[in-house]
Amino acid sequence: MSDEFEPTIVAFLCNWCTFTAADLAGSSRLSYPQNVKIIRMMCSGMVDPIYVLKAFLDGADGVFIGGCWPGDCHYINGNLKARRRVALVTEILKQFGIEEDRFWLRWVAASDGVMFRELSKEMTEKLKELGPNPLKVNKMIA
Amino acid sequence: MAEFSKLSCKKGALNESLAGLFKDMLEKGVVDAVLVPSHQPVKGIMQTLIADPAKLDSADPFAPVVPVNSAKLVSSLTNVPSGRPVAVVMRSCEVRAFLELIKLKQASVEDLVLIGIDCLGRYENTDYLKLEQDGVTTQSFLEAVLSGKGTEISKGIDVAPACKICEYPEPDNVDIKLCVIGSGPDEVYVEWVSEKGKYVLDKLGIEAGDGHSGRDEALKQIMSERISERDKVFTELYEQVNTLEKLQEHLAGCINCYNCRVACPVCYCKECVFVTDTFRHPGDQYMSWGDNRGAVKMPAETLLYHMTRMTHMSTLCVGCGQCTSACPNDIPLAELFRSIANRTQARFDYHPGRSLDEPQPLAVFYDDELVDVTGQVK
Repeated sequence: MSDEFEPTIVAFLCNWCTFTAADLAGSSRLSYPQNVKIIRMMCSGMVDPIYVLKAFLDGADGVFIGGCWPGDCHYINGNLKARRRVALVTEILKQFGIEEDRFWLRWVAASDGVMFRELSKEMTEKLKELGPNPLKVNKMIA
Repeated sequence: MAEFSKLSCKKGALNESLAGLFKDMLEKGVVDAVLVPSHQPVKGIMQTLIADPAKLDSADPFAPVVPVNSAKLVSSLTNVPSGRPVAVVMRSCEVRAFLELIKLKQASVEDLVLIGIDCLGRYENTDYLKLEQDGVTTQSFLEAVLSGKGTEISKGIDVAPACKICEYPEPDNVDIKLCVIGSGPDEVYVEWVSEKGKYVLDKLGIEAGDGHSGRDEALKQIMSERISERDKVFTELYEQVNTLEKLQEHLAGCINCYNCRVACPVCYCKECVFVTDTFRHPGDQYMSWGDNRGAVKMPAETLLYHMTRMTHMSTLCVGCGQCTSACPNDIPLAELFRSIANRTQARFDYHPGRSLDEPQPLAVFYDDELVDVTGQVK
């Protein structure tokens, strides 16, 4: 069964670095898994924890947040705020059986299309191992 | 060095002696008013702002009930400061929550003399009204509990579950402490803790000396009992509520009334996102959920609400248990939120109410921290 399982990854990408990297991956014809569904944000610091919770509660198998490397944030420090929030939300998710491996924060530079592709592949593979979001058994929750 | 004054109480005259102390503070112009739990004209206890010394007769600072966490009340009193000195009587959970509100700039401490009281727990509001009718007094409550008879004062009526697992019987970060633990209701010791406290002592011209010798031992015992009870609750919750479905089960009675966040002293948003248009979905939204999933529970987004609350308040949770008290469906929320808070507070080594100088976890961020979150090194 796990052969057929295709995880859904909701990816919140910062406009300036990770999204640009994804764009670069595309224009360089580097293909990355279709499992990654991209939502462009102006900054990783714009990702409210509620977006992450909503994604998981609506059945996403993984959530990926991509930001600029520390020191490179277009808004100086939005990525550092994102990091604190991710640390916090991870603690909460872990308690309720959403493993750490389902929720990634990664820094990807605008010039690093290759890294974006590698991370997309890596996370997709990891989620294939982990299987579907445990909540999927009960689709009635909104 | 700590300084104490022994307040001599005649047997059964605890409130009279304390009212005398507050009266002195008003009459000597130390403060313009005292906010203190007081008997209301008909029945019940509420925090009351008393400016007229003659009205202090109704004061009952140690009454074992907390209808509202006073942090919120003192926030109303000080978020636009009056510039006039006020003494406020609070217990530990209230003081700790209040400190967090100060950090959030929703309250200020400049005009206040913080008077903390020893806390042996509080009863639920409805239970307290029954006890009051049955003739239970603060004096008899303190006597019973301090002599080791336990907090189940009348059959089936016990203090709130949050109080049984609270490791803070004694208030910290206050100017003046009213101590009964170790000495009992007939021997209240007033501890003048801070500079402001000592200023009050000076103004009142009371003698000060050593405290009660039995206090530290008695405190230690209460704390160790409560901590072991607390750890038991944590372990149980971590084991029992360990999936989203179990969380759903724990919250099965929830009707999205949001009382828990109204009662929560550290749920700080001035407007909760759950009452904004973001969550006032058009009918289409519900219909499309129905189409996609086959069925939608209504009210919807219960888990999202509670988990969002955890991301907002858990690092600041002081464990006062007002969430449980406010729940119309008796969901054990205090245990849930405190257990999660224990995890998130540990992540940032943060203890709400420990110090005004410690920034709240989500109010600061540093370059060289939490590298394990991404695991990437340049």
